[in-house]
Amino acid sequence: MILTVLTFLPLTAGVLVALLGRDQQKLGRNLAFAASLLALALAVTLWVGFDHERSGMQFVESVPWVPSLGIEYHLGVDGLGLLMVLLSALIVPFALLASWKIEHNPKLYFALALFLEAGLFGTFTAQNFIHWFLFWELSLIPAFFLIRIWGGPKRTSAASQFFLYTVVGGIAMLAAFLALFAASDAASRSFDFVQLAVNAHQGGLFAGHTTLATAAFLGILLGLAVKVPLVPFHTWLPAAYAEAPTGTAMLLTGAMSKMGVYGFLRILWPIFPEQMQAWRHPLLGLAAATIVLPAAAAFAQKDLKRMVAYSSVNHLGYCMLGIFAAARLTDGSAFFPNEQAAALNGVILQMFNHGLTASALFYFIGLIEQRGGALRGLDDFGGLRQAAPVFCGLMGIALFASLGLPGLNGFPGEFLIFKGALHLAARTAILSIPGLLLTAIFLLTILQRVFSGPLPGKWSGWPDLTLGERLTVLPVMALIFVLGLYPQLLTGVANPAVLQMLKSF
Amino acid sequence: MESIIKYLWLIPAAPLLAAGISALLPRRRRRLSAGLAIGAISLSLLLSCAAFVATFHSGPVTNNFRWFDFGSTSVQLGWVLDPLGAIMAVMVALVSLLIFIYSLGYMAKDPNFTRFFCFLALFAAAMLGLVLANSLLLFFMCWELVGLASYLLIGFWFQKPSAAAAAKKAFIVTRIGDLGFLVGMLLLYATTGTLLFYDHGQGCLEPTAAGGLVASTTIALLIFCGAVGKSGQLPLHVWLPDAMEGPTPVSALIHAATMVAAGVFLIARVYPLMTLDAKQVVAWVGALTAVFAASIAVAQNDIKRILAYSTVSQLGYMMMGLGAGGVAVGMFHLTTHAFFKALLFLGAGSVIHGCHEEQDIRKMGGLRLRLPVTFATYAVGMMALCGVPLFFSGFWSKDAILDSFDREHWLGSQAPFYLGLFGAFLTAFYMTRQVCRVFFGKPNTPEAEHAHESPPVMTIPLVILAGLAVVAGFFGTPAWPWFQAYLTGRQAGFDLSKLMEGHALMVMLFSTGLVTVAIVWSGWIYGRAASRPARETDPLQAAQPALFACLQKKFYVDEFYDATVVRLTAAFAKFSDWLDRVVLGGLVRAVCWLVLALARLDRNVDESVVNEGFDVGSETVRDSGRWVSRLQNGQVQRYLRVIGLAFCALLLLLLWGSR
Repeated sequence: MILTVLTFLPLTAGVLVALLGRDQQKLGRNLAFAASLLALALAVTLWVGFDHERSGMQFVESVPWVPSLGIEYHLGVDGLGLLMVLLSALIVPFALLASWKIEHNPKLYFALALFLEAGLFGTFTAQNFIHWFLFWELSLIPAFFLIRIWGGPKRTSAASQFFLYTVVGGIAMLAAFLALFAASDAASRSFDFVQLAVNAHQGGLFAGHTTLATAAFLGILLGLAVKVPLVPFHTWLPAAYAEAPTGTAMLLTGAMSKMGVYGFLRILWPIFPEQMQAWRHPLLGLAAATIVLPAAAAFAQKDLKRMVAYSSVNHLGYCMLGIFAAARLTDGSAFFPNEQAAALNGVILQMFNHGLTASALFYFIGLIEQRGGALRGLDDFGGLRQAAPVFCGLMGIALFASLGLPGLNGFPGEFLIFKGALHLAARTAILSIPGLLLTAIFLLTILQRVFSGPLPGKWSGWPDLTLGERLTVLPVMALIFVLGLYPQLLTGVANPAVLQMLKSF
Repeated sequence: MESIIKYLWLIPAAPLLAAGISALLPRRRRRLSAGLAIGAISLSLLLSCAAFVATFHSGPVTNNFRWFDFGSTSVQLGWVLDPLGAIMAVMVALVSLLIFIYSLGYMAKDPNFTRFFCFLALFAAAMLGLVLANSLLLFFMCWELVGLASYLLIGFWFQKPSAAAAAKKAFIVTRIGDLGFLVGMLLLYATTGTLLFYDHGQGCLEPTAAGGLVASTTIALLIFCGAVGKSGQLPLHVWLPDAMEGPTPVSALIHAATMVAAGVFLIARVYPLMTLDAKQVVAWVGALTAVFAASIAVAQNDIKRILAYSTVSQLGYMMMGLGAGGVAVGMFHLTTHAFFKALLFLGAGSVIHGCHEEQDIRKMGGLRLRLPVTFATYAVGMMALCGVPLFFSGFWSKDAILDSFDREHWLGSQAPFYLGLFGAFLTAFYMTRQVCRVFFGKPNTPEAEHAHESPPVMTIPLVILAGLAVVAGFFGTPAWPWFQAYLTGRQAGFDLSKLMEGHALMVMLFSTGLVTVAIVWSGWIYGRAASRPARETDPLQAAQPALFACLQKKFYVDEFYDATVVRLTAAFAKFSDWLDRVVLGGLVRAVCWLVLALARLDRNVDESVVNEGFDVGSETVRDSGRWVSRLQNGQVQRYLRVIGLAFCALLLLLLWGSR
């Protein structure tokens, strides 16, 4: 029951908040924040109750919905799902606190954020495609409105492009799954992920219609590639992140961007292992492009938010490298099981840690924007370290974590991904190494231009972090250190899931 | 005391804790911050000495632990206590302690005093962790943290744009080397299945490891990339001279004695992986760097830059020593160099402090009377660096390096040996130039005239380091090679006749001769020039202006990198941005346009074909109705006529039909 409660809690709370009167803004905010904290508490309970020894799905709930069409209300979490649920539950309160000072109809904003949270929980716990797709598409709607109503000057085109691009991908996915359903023989027809994976393993899917199988594979690939995003389907992202208000950008980068990677791990690979193997080389090329090109493009940006947006694409590229490198068919015998496990563990670690670090970075940039009177250009500031040393210190920690400095949370994931990828896809891994250098260059440039140098007169009154802001960012900062020094907290949960994933090949 | 291995982790942990607490202290708690740092490093020094003593009683001991799991295995880290690590830990802790104490005086007036000691403690923690690490991964992690501390300390005076830029440059250039290191490390991991150095026979450096001892040129050279970056070897040396933007104690500690030596230590640590080819490369890179940097130092005018290029050059010597002579030879020079180079930098700091922050040697002069202790200790350091024979440690360590090129042990070309001799000549030349300009002759500016000696908190570390710069040499002479024997686990015998042995004796005589010639010649040129005012051009510049300009501009390497690597990266960034906005964005816009065009076409079809067609159809029906209704014109005659005609037609049809 806990997963159902978890998903519908933010939904109900969001509805309640939205129905409040216009003069009850403060009550709405507090109620929404309380709901998000409650969801976090539930997620932590889930974590505590999770059995590290058992493989397979836990907390399973299964209720037939439309049996003739194979649609079930089927929920469950394994290590991967649990970590994604936990990540979402952590990011939402953080994002809500970051959005506390919204002036225009904050109640609606908070309600929409809660709907988004429900969409996230639903996606990460669903085990049946229709259910999963429902929440996948549903989470787009609050995101669209959040950007459209509270965003920056170019918000209309950014929101529309974001929405339409993702929906087109979603349609491709739906069509592919319907084709899958129709093409399988009546006995094994299903929308259930686990069942489909088993069918695929036994060769029952598509029964020899290889073109149809490839078409379905490409359809689902398109939908997920837009979401991750994978170069060249990423052009919607910089505009969407830059125009989104701070809290929404944190939600987008912290949690929503992981939905695509999750889809690769949960859906595409288990159901289409042969096609992944066949298309491995082009996919690896795209992953390398996703690592290197956005890192270079970030260096050419003058807007801080766009720089971090491109940096997000780059970090997710590492996840893609890990997945595609590990996606080798093993014909039964263990091929390079530890390298594959390393890459996949690295992917999960990277997903979790990047969510935390990137949302922290967007939070800090949001603060810069607030204090700078809506300025957020790279060259608009200078010498801020003198006026706000604590701000500089904490943002510096987040930047170095993003860079992959050992001791902070960005390092273990990147280390594991490269360990696996260097063995399984050596050329692509070597091609991706410059991405590490380019990331260092532009992140350090941010530190240099914004915080070093002489302090211009107009910024001499720049306020340092208030106590409220320090408390807001404290949990994430603490996690940055803790997860960097003790990644076992994550791999303890992720590794069994990874082993389970690999066993089915 | 075998149990010391269980407490080995305290050696890096103590300064790390001090750094952590200091980071949270407000600015006014200066004494607490400094006290924490000095207390922690003293504790580390005591423990390091205890560890050092422990290595006499037992062989290498390890303490490994699991970090995290993946797959069916796990990543392991660990600490090791062996001669190499112990002697390095003692050296690092000792030099750090002396420099921490010196900083109490040097940074006394700096507003960010508290933060300075926090960063210093962080650096010491990372450096000690690196030295005692038993896992290449733990080594790499501490290595990166050392780079972070260096970044923070070079850019310490962050209001200066040049300092901030220098810090970024240092981090980026060393990161280039670190990427090679990372790839090499991962390859080693893949080949041997472990990154632990020593693990009861299973470690990656041990001959009985899972994949066999893989002395691999590829892996060794990739790991050497990291050393090239960190130790400022050609071509990644460009960050080191710019790093002089940091405060002088930082330059002394990090960019002379310890961090830059980490690259040398890395090669010493992974020495079992080095093949003969790799060693050749290391020795050659070292030799070229040694001469390259020494030539540039001849034409520099900033007191710290001369020492910075000197450091690059001496690191080249250490690499030569590792490549040709082995771990002991390279490490011996590393240790002596740490003492005398730190001494020289701290002495330079004392001079800068005394001359009210002046750093140009042309604006000094005559300081030997005004800063006597600084002069005396600086002279000791200078003679140690030049390799003045017998009493100064640099002589013994440098000659040990040159000695390792004797044809019995070194199978490559003798060119590095001659480069090394030439470098020794240049070293003596530029150091004499510097000492003459700074300490001899007459003061060139009012600041130099009123220069004052530094307080004891700064001069006492100088004296201690001067003592070490002399004494350390006696532990590695051919007569009593205690240092070399300690590192290789053998016993050292005292045998004065070894001093007279063939190749060693020749090297000693040769180097002494070259050094003497250089000092005399340079002293003659610059001794006289020292009495002339600062505005006059350098005699060397007057004699060979083009060559001097080239040397002063550091062989234009920075300009070359700017024109190639930097410009290339910026161009690539612009290309990527263009690709996104114009090409890919354009494709998306094209798809939108296509869809909009389709929508318009659809609307047109709707309106002109479907709608119009319907309209035309309706019109036709109406027209035909109108036409048909004309038959009803209301005239009875027509109706009767039609009936009549129709009746006749019907009759005809019936008659004809029945026929």
